[in-house]
Amino acid sequence: MDVGDLFSVALYEGLVYGFVAVGVYLTFRVLAFPDLSVDGSFPLGGAIAAIMIVDGFNPWLATIAAFGAGACAGLGTALLNTKLRINALLAGILMMVGLYSINLMIMGRPNIPLLREVTVFDQVSEWLNGIGVTLSSVHLSIVVMVVLVFAVLAILNWFLRTEIGLALRATGDNEQMVRGLGTSTDMTTILGVSLSNGLVALSGALVAQNQGLTDIGMGIGMIIMGLASVIVGEGLFRPRGVAFTLLAVVGGAFAYRLILGTALRLGMDPNNLKLITALLVIAALSIPYIRKKMRHEWIPPAARW
Amino acid sequence: MDTTSSEMVKQQLAMNTTSNSSLLQLRDIRKIFARATVDEVTALAGIDLDVYDQDFVTIIGSNGAGKTTLLNIIAGVFPPERGGKILIQGKDITNLSEHKHARYTARVYQDPHIGTAAKMTIEENLSLALLRGQSRGLRGAVSKQRRELFRQNLALLGIGLEDRLSTPVGTLSGGQRQALALVMATISKPAILLLDEHVATLDPKTAETVLQLSDMIVRREKMTAIMVTHNMEIALRYGNRLIMMHRGKIVVDMGEADKKTLTIGDLVTAFERAAGEEFKDDTILLSRRE
Repeated sequence: MDVGDLFSVALYEGLVYGFVAVGVYLTFRVLAFPDLSVDGSFPLGGAIAAIMIVDGFNPWLATIAAFGAGACAGLGTALLNTKLRINALLAGILMMVGLYSINLMIMGRPNIPLLREVTVFDQVSEWLNGIGVTLSSVHLSIVVMVVLVFAVLAILNWFLRTEIGLALRATGDNEQMVRGLGTSTDMTTILGVSLSNGLVALSGALVAQNQGLTDIGMGIGMIIMGLASVIVGEGLFRPRGVAFTLLAVVGGAFAYRLILGTALRLGMDPNNLKLITALLVIAALSIPYIRKKMRHEWIPPAARW
Repeated sequence: MDTTSSEMVKQQLAMNTTSNSSLLQLRDIRKIFARATVDEVTALAGIDLDVYDQDFVTIIGSNGAGKTTLLNIIAGVFPPERGGKILIQGKDITNLSEHKHARYTARVYQDPHIGTAAKMTIEENLSLALLRGQSRGLRGAVSKQRRELFRQNLALLGIGLEDRLSTPVGTLSGGQRQALALVMATISKPAILLLDEHVATLDPKTAETVLQLSDMIVRREKMTAIMVTHNMEIALRYGNRLIMMHRGKIVVDMGEADKKTLTIGDLVTAFERAAGEEFKDDTILLSRRE
């Protein structure tokens, strides 16, 4: 695998996992709702897509259905928090744990191979062949993902500037003000967390189709990976404004994948991947604190809830 | 029992339509916190109040008098105890949730951080405020037309915010944020403006500016306003009606004619006569400004 390949693979992965990063950005940063259901909604997307494709549904329909299923999972988490007043972190963990069984129920077994099935990538490839374009599998994946990512980012960029979108952003900034202005923050939270998990499940559906396999464990560590992407993107690009921030988050996912790809190439054991990611996030979260500490600034005690 | 109380409400409603301009009616508003525990506190002990169209009421009282609790109840943060009624423009809004009260009431808080969203720009904040109590749709939140409206409203403040529409609010000073919060509270023309000690955290000079801006906006927009304050001098100088609260009750209620000639000394006397005890809240007496 030469450097070009390394770059291409990271680009594809950055784009496809960029949806997870954008989802995590929506909850953690925009809504200030630390949603951990992501680890469950990612394989949920994979499961829905796989089972529908195996059953002969159109792969695009299956992909959209995966988005819908993810949104339902997010809806569940948001309802636990807003209507039953369960702490956001706990609501996410409960949903994640519950989804493990639900995903197994949907799939009927721990993994479903899709290698012989027609996926969205195969359909695009066929269409491209029809107009005389032949691409290698990784380049095809990049082309499909670039189109999808930019379409979704364009929609989000529009949505976050609408009247509802503004209320959603303000919810994470100043919840009391939003209620004072006559908008239910339950509604904005439900909307945002659903949208976020829909995007995560969409990512799961596309990853499953691209790698030709849905596995029950494919979501493990997804939340930390998404968070790492957001932190890397913010740190690298220091974005301002909605559009730039969305691009920066996807850029962060790409940079993160490039770092991991390089580390693997240099001989790192793939089993250490999650540990490296966890350490990366720990470093990114603690460095600002340590810096302040060194400047003798006062820092409030850590929040437990 | 039930029929008589509903009968009473009907009478009140009828009175409202005939007496033409009772904008806000509070009937038997009580609030007890931590009920049936050792910490039980009666914050409001039966408030009956009629606020008329274009009244500018100042409410004064010592700590724990129930001023802020009263505003919280009008704003719908929590409902009053059973039996209490809140009517605005003849509509019973007693049991509506906070975000539904927002259609009628707008509030400027003591803390400028509560009234504005720091990470969002001035125009985004105003755009959120413009749709107070209305349903929010999928239209773009900030349009050219709206931007012009925001500019006009901010220009009236005379502090240059109209040229900084795309500045994040977090970079403004406390006074600027409070002035913005004031415009945000009034831009949608709410039925009642609630000013909750909204200059208490500002330095004296900025406080004065924000107070004058509040007074100007209330007069110009012909708004009905209730201002809670800790400061007797401010309570006397602004508004056309003064209410003094003590231990969850209204003990003094003075109209414009009485208020004009009133001094702080008179106010203390009036309070002592009404409350039947000596006035000894240093925080109020000390906060008078010469």
